[in-house]
Parts: sequence; structure tokens; C-alpha cells
Amino acid sequence: MPQAVPSLGKDLLGLEGLTREQITGILDTAEAFKEISERPVKKVPVLRNKTIVNAFFENSTRTRISFEFAEKRLAADTVNISSTGSSVAKGETLVDTARNLEAMRIDMVVIRHGASGSAQFLADRIASSVINAGDGKHEHPTQGLLDLLTIRDHRGPLDGLHVCICGDVLHSRVARSNIHGLRKMGAQVAVCGPATLLPAQVAEMGVTVFRRIEEAIEWADVLNILRLQLERMTGGFIPSLREYNRVFGVTRARVEAAPRDILILHPGPMNRGVEIDSDVADGPHSVILQQVTNGVAVRMAVLYLLSGGQPEQAEAAKTGGAA
Amino acid sequence: MAESQRRTLMDAARVEGVLARMAEEIVQLTGGGSPLLLVGVERRGVQLAARLAALLADRTGTAPLTGSLDITLYRDDLMTVGPRPVVGQTRLPVGGIDGRELVIVDDVLYTGRTVRAALDELADFGRPKRILLAVLVDRGGRELPIQGDIVGERVEVRDGGRVEVLVPEIDGSLGVELVDAEGLD
Repeated sequence: MPQAVPSLGKDLLGLEGLTREQITGILDTAEAFKEISERPVKKVPVLRNKTIVNAFFENSTRTRISFEFAEKRLAADTVNISSTGSSVAKGETLVDTARNLEAMRIDMVVIRHGASGSAQFLADRIASSVINAGDGKHEHPTQGLLDLLTIRDHRGPLDGLHVCICGDVLHSRVARSNIHGLRKMGAQVAVCGPATLLPAQVAEMGVTVFRRIEEAIEWADVLNILRLQLERMTGGFIPSLREYNRVFGVTRARVEAAPRDILILHPGPMNRGVEIDSDVADGPHSVILQQVTNGVAVRMAVLYLLSGGQPEQAEAAKTGGAA
Repeated sequence: MAESQRRTLMDAARVEGVLARMAEEIVQLTGGGSPLLLVGVERRGVQLAARLAALLADRTGTAPLTGSLDITLYRDDLMTVGPRPVVGQTRLPVGGIDGRELVIVDDVLYTGRTVRAALDELADFGRPKRILLAVLVDRGGRELPIQGDIVGERVEVRDGGRVEVLVPEIDGSLGVELVDAEGLD
């Protein structure tokens, strides 16, 4: 009997609902999948005959392309839809769109949506597997997983590691997935940013709060620097971008003053010269491009582990009975 | 339900002797000239390939290249088994497999489906000059038209029986055992 990775169930909606063993299973599987992207033929027949819909109701190039690469490398058939140009623009509801897609015999839906909870909402109502590719301010589990994988690649087991998430935590689903995932894997987690960009109850998630970037760098083994989500800010969060860079920007001088060999992550896209300076982003501590590479492997792992699903859960979703 | 019983089919000395003969057959079949590539099928085929490689190095003075193949993602029953099996690593030498004399090494040949998966996977890496199949034990029961070129031992196993090859790196000892759920003859 071959060894098995702990089942993920029907869907991947967030890291909050996963166990340490499930996360470890995904990361170990992703490790094995990295090699496929190095092959002359970057394709294995795992998802042959499976149809996956990438439903991106909110703009994202990086995540969508990463999922597409992952799906194609597993030999799946893929279709992309977006809100513009689809029936959503004509007023169709999310569930109607999904049910129509499901009627075309699809197997999985990868959903990106501006509303928190949209992935769960969909997963409860359709039998196909649902993968959350970012829902509002809630979670972005595959980004969290690829961050964990990248940190593990460079620093080994995550137990006891000090990881600080810096910047716009308030608007960030990446931050929430990171906090859940890192804490489950035994890391110590902190956040650092201006009070206006930290959620009011963030300390209740079990994280340390730093108000000064210098203190965060002094403490951390790893900095995960978040993008200032300028498009989500209606004003009043920070005095100016220049001021933000002066007080919270991760600069070369600050990184070089760190007591340890600090690892720099950023989920992208970066605002260079705002939350991160170019010579840090492109410097020796940065693993930002490796995050992108690992993103494909993590998504391949998730697609592989969810494929086939759990028949009883799929049935429950179809009849609206899933919790 | 009858308890499973275990019987030794080959002890360590017997396995060593059989592997030596298999190495000799590989030399005869391949001419011993061109550089060989031995690819072990995960898991125990990899250790057997390493042993054969050492024996071939002694005989020919040239160590063959070695690699490992994890066929999990090429299994034809992958979508019907759950939860998902752990995926291992496939490692093939730098320079690829094009034009090489390649020997797939596995511990037990049974239905032939593992070998089919291995052939499919190798086809994604290139086009070897020739592929041979070496197995320590052929237990019959083929479901596909696949046969071993270099076979250590042929054994008769009735339905429900299982042949287990033990290697020191994984199992702590070298040998072959028959596990029979119905009891032994």
C-alpha cells in the first residue's frame, strides 16, 4: 500500500481550516513537483480528462498565469473567464455562473473574487472542487503555501522561526493566510506597519505587533513585505508614499543592519521605492523570484491533491447540505 | 480470515548471487561497451540498480550512469485511488537519455502496469537507443504484453499472495519474502 498525503477534502478555501499535517503534505508534494518544471517535456498526465475553470472576477495576472501553468503542466483542460466579458457583467449571480459551468461537466473551479467568503459560498453550492485564489480581505491560501515553501527551502523547518509580515496587513489576504499557515507550522509571527494599516484585533491572532521597522528587522529571521494596496485606499491611511518609505520602507541600510542573515519575501507586484527598495528586491537576501517559481509547484500540488475529491462531500455540496 | 504468513524465498546470499548473474546478462545483452544508464523504479528498484551498477563497474571497469524514476503520476489508476499517494522524485543524469542504452530496474514484475508507466514517463524525457527491463523477481500475472529481458528468479504466487523484496537501505536486510494471506502451500 503506497503512503498517502492526508486528504484535503473537496476544496481549498484557506489555511485556517488546514492541519499542520495537511500543510506539510502539500509542501512535500510541491517539493516533488518542482522537478517537473525542469523537464524537457514539462507535463505529466495527472489531470488528463479533467476540466478546470479559472474564474477571475478580480484582476490578477500573476496568480492566474501561475494557476494556468500548473494546470497545463498536469495536462488539464482549462478555460478562463473574467467578470468583464462574461455574463457576470450582465448581472448574473456567482452561483448561477458556477452552476452553468458545472452543467458543462467541469471538475474544478479556481476563483478570485473581491468579496470575502465568496470561495466558501461557491464551494457550499457546487459539487466541483473549489480553490480559493484570493477572496477579498479573507485568504489567499496558495500564496501563503508558496511563502511557507520558499521559507522552508531556505531556512529548513519553520518551528521557532521569527517571521514578520510588514506593511499593509489591513487590506491583505496574503497576511491572513501567512499568519494561519506560519503559526500552524510552529513559527513565531509578527506584523509591522502603521496603526492605520493593521487590523484592530490583529494581536488576537497570536502575533506580536511592531510599530517600528527597525525593531521588526532586529527580531526577524524572515521579512514578508506586503504591497501597499494603493487601489484599495480611499485616502487617509498614510501621509504620503515618501513618508511611508522613510518610516517603514525596507531599505538596504536597514537590511544590512540586521543582526541575522535576513530572508526577504514579497508576494508582488512590488511598489519599488515605497515598501521595498530596488536594491533589496534585487539583492542577495531576496527570494522574490523563487516565490514565483514555487507558486507553480504549490498550485500543481494542490490541484493534484484535490483531484478526485471526496465523493460524499461533493454530494453534500450538490444538495446544498455542506456546512 | 486466515492470518497472513511469511516465507523467505531468497536470502541475502541468494540475492547477491542472482544480482551477479543479472549483471553478467546485462553485459552480454549490451556488449559492455557503450555507456549504460540504469534507472531504478522507486522505491526498491533504485537500491537494486545501485547494486547492479557496482557489479557492472567491477566487471567492465566503467561505472554505468544511474537514475531513479517515480512513476506515481503516470499510474493508470491514480484517479481512482485516494487519498493521493506521496509523489517521489525522478532523477535522470545531466545530458538526458537520448541515444543511451537504458535498463529499467525494478524489484518485482507482476501486472506490468508499473513498467508501462515507467516507459510513458521515460518517453517524456527523450528517446533512448534501446530500453531493457531487469527485474529481481518475475511473479507472473501479467495484464499487459510486457516481459523482462533480465530476470533474477521466476516464482509462482497464487492469488492474494505478495512478493516483498527487502533491501538494507529501507528494510534493514537483503532478501525476498512471500506473504500469503491465505496461508502457504
